Order: sequence, then C-alpha cells, then structure tokens
Amino acid sequence: MDGSHANAASAPAAAGGGEGTQRTLNPYVTGNSVIAMKYKDGVIMACDTGASYGSTLRYKSVERIKAVGKHSLIGGSGEFSDFQEILRYLDELTLSDHMWDDGNSLGPKEIHAYLTRVMYNRRNKFDPLWNSLVLGGVKKGPKGDEKYLGMVNMIGTHFEENHIATGFGNHMAVPILRGEWREDLTFEEAVKLIEKCLLVLLYRDRSSINKFQIAKITTEGSTIYPPYALKTNWGFSAFENPSQGAVGTW
Amino acid sequence: MARFDPYENNGGTCVAVAGADYCVVAADTRLSVGYSILSRRHSKIAHLADKCVLASSGFQGDIKALQKNLSAKELLYEHNHNKKMSCPAMAQLLSNTLYYKRFFPYYAFNVLGGLDSEGKGCVFTYDAVGSYERTGYSAQGTGATLMMPVLDKQLKSRSPLILPARDAVTPLSESDAVDLVKDVFASATERDIYTGDSLEIIVINSSGTRRDWIELRKD
Repeated sequence: MDGSHANAASAPAAAGGGEGTQRTLNPYVTGNSVIAMKYKDGVIMACDTGASYGSTLRYKSVERIKAVGKHSLIGGSGEFSDFQEILRYLDELTLSDHMWDDGNSLGPKEIHAYLTRVMYNRRNKFDPLWNSLVLGGVKKGPKGDEKYLGMVNMIGTHFEENHIATGFGNHMAVPILRGEWREDLTFEEAVKLIEKCLLVLLYRDRSSINKFQIAKITTEGSTIYPPYALKTNWGFSAFENPSQGAVGTW
Repeated sequence: MARFDPYENNGGTCVAVAGADYCVVAADTRLSVGYSILSRRHSKIAHLADKCVLASSGFQGDIKALQKNLSAKELLYEHNHNKKMSCPAMAQLLSNTLYYKRFFPYYAFNVLGGLDSEGKGCVFTYDAVGSYERTGYSAQGTGATLMMPVLDKQLKSRSPLILPARDAVTPLSESDAVDLVKDVFASATERDIYTGDSLEIIVINSSGTRRDWIELRKD
C-alpha cells in the first residue's frame, strides 16, 4: 500500500524515462461522447466517428463501438489507444470463454463487471485507462431476455441505467433522454430519439463531427450500421446578417 | 493539463438507528459526480450477513470494492467456522479492512447496522481509515451534518456523555424510528444537493430483514 502512494509522489520525476515507472498522465487522442439506451428489442448505441488530438480533429473515421462476444456492444470515449487496449483484453477474455466450450457465453453483465475490475485496478496502480466505457447487451436469463446497459469510467465508478451518455453527452443528452425515454420504444423511435441527442451534441460540443454510427444489439445479434451524417439547420435570420443591429462591429 | 485524481465523491447519505430489538439502516439512491446526476436508482447498501447490513457513501468505486471484499471474507468465514458472521465480528473486520489501506484509503464513509448475538440492535460508525465506535445511531455522508443534530434530539436516546456509560439505543418503537428516518432524509434532501431521488430503508429484526423504498425530491 505504501509503495503505490510513494510512487505517485516521485513518479513525475521518473515518468520522463528515468527509473522504472511510466504511467498515463494525460490523454492524447480522444473520442467524444457515446450515447446508449435500452429499447423494446434490445440496446441501441451511437457515437460520432471522430478522434481529436487536443483541439485538432486528427482522425475522422474511427469506429468507437465494437461488438463483444455474441451478446454485447462496447462503446468507448476518452483516450483511443486505451480503448484499443481494452478491446485486446476483451479479445483474450472472449477467446478463453470460447475455449471452455461449455455451452455458456459471457453476457453483458459479466463483461461490465470484468471491465469495472480492470478499470479500478489500473486506477489503484495510478496508471489508468483514460476512458469512459459503455457496455450494452441482451442475454437470455431466468426471467427471459434481459437487457443490460451499464457504464464504467476511468477510476472505476460504475452503474447500470436505462440510458447512458458519456462526456458532454452526460450534460446535454441525458436531460433529453430522462424526459423522453420509454421502456417500449421501437427501433425507429429509438433512432429518432438518439438522433435528437446527437444533433444537440453536434451543435453544442466543439469536438463533435457530423459523421455518426449507430449500433444495435438484440437477441439475434449485433449490427453496426455504416456511418452517416445528420441534417443540420443553420438558416436562422440572425445568422444571415449577424452584424445587423450591432453598432461598430468589426 | 488534466491531472489524474484517483478519487471522486459520488455523494449521498447513510443512516442507521438501533432499537431494543431492531435496527433500521437507510441510504438515499442518488449517484452524483460534480453537478451531474449519474443515476437516481443506485443502491449504497450491501447485505453482508444475515443480520448485518452495511451502508456506505463516498467514492463509489471504492465502496463497491470494499463491499465485495467484505462479502468474500464473510463467505470464507462461513466456510471456516460453519456459521455466519455476527454483526460485531463484521464490525471489527471492516475496521481492519479499512486500516489495511491506511496509506491509500478507501474513500468510503460507512455505517454498519444489525443485531448483535443477543438480538439487540447495534450500529457501528466509521471514518475512512477504520476508526469505529459502537453507538445507538449514526449518519455518514454529505447530508450527515444536517441529520445528526435532529437524530440527537428526536430519538430520545440516553446521552453518551453521562456516566455511567449506558446503551444509546433508542427507546422508540420500530415504526416511530422508521418514520423519523424518513423525515430526516426528507429534510436533508431539501438542503443537500447530493441527497435525494429515493430512499432505500432496511429494517432488521428477529423475524428477518424487510426492505422499503420511498420517493424523495428529485431536484
């Protein structure tokens, strides 16, 4: 216990490549918000396909939602390389699950619990995976098909909800979802609701881009749709002649 | 540049009240971070043993890890001793578990409630590094300072400051104690931004454990 705290104090000196410890100090290439919600047949998840390098939009075609096993989808915001590392961990996990060959497969609840332990343990070592992960899926349980949606952040805070959004989405999309989400949304209604949230983020989040991917998971399996753009509306009269009525504008 | 902080306070308040033959443990269900609410229906309560319930507020990552840790140790105890852990035994275990991480603490403010081996209500209250005390009632968390003064007066317990030392369990009936706990949460919800949404109440007595939910203000 003493070691980890002492490391934290001396690490800034050592992190520059001196003795031993190297750990994440800041995120570099980061992904935006991920929005997800349960709907009638399963779980729907969406995010944009951009990854920023500070204030530069460095990558424009990045897939931040991936299928995990047969029953789950994972969406990641935050440091993209850490998300790729997590996908490697999940590959190992699903491989050894498959190798057991016992007829069981890991469901979304189990994968969420696994990711929570991974994130928390990395936080304990002061070397976090700088991500907010959204885990959604459907699996047959004792009460029939059970939908699951959960989130875990970089220090291990985790919870389960009917609708989740990370990053800026937490501030802008969650209020919309809290007002309009219902248990029995059809797929088309869920897409409309999620597009409403994506549009708000597009207008108001500086790092958001107009290229989105929607993914869904049902008992039939997962589908990640090809990227597409949303229609935006900039035709407000105040935008057309912005300096009208302003004295001495430049 | 973003500096990594391994802790965050997810807020919330926990209360436990011990009576002659019952114990009430209650906690709100709001999970917050900064000025945002992450979930309105997140439980802070863990059932560690038959007559032993833990309520914790603070950093949720640490709380869940601590509760899992204690559950696992309780199971080992059952396997080794062929009986469930008593509440005072769990109280000592919790203190030791917390102190074990004295130099990188669990950011968890705990309140342990249940029945002791004689069937009397007991409440143990903790700080983040394991110093604890058996008492008749306690509140921990962001709304605790708003609740304790009210509990001090309204539970009509014997003052712990008067000698000879006596049990501080409340002479109130079970239903009166539950009503007071509901009232005290409703009051704290008014002024503490981190407390609210709904209240989960556990009542432990000789016939078992009962669970109750009531709604609280959501603003």
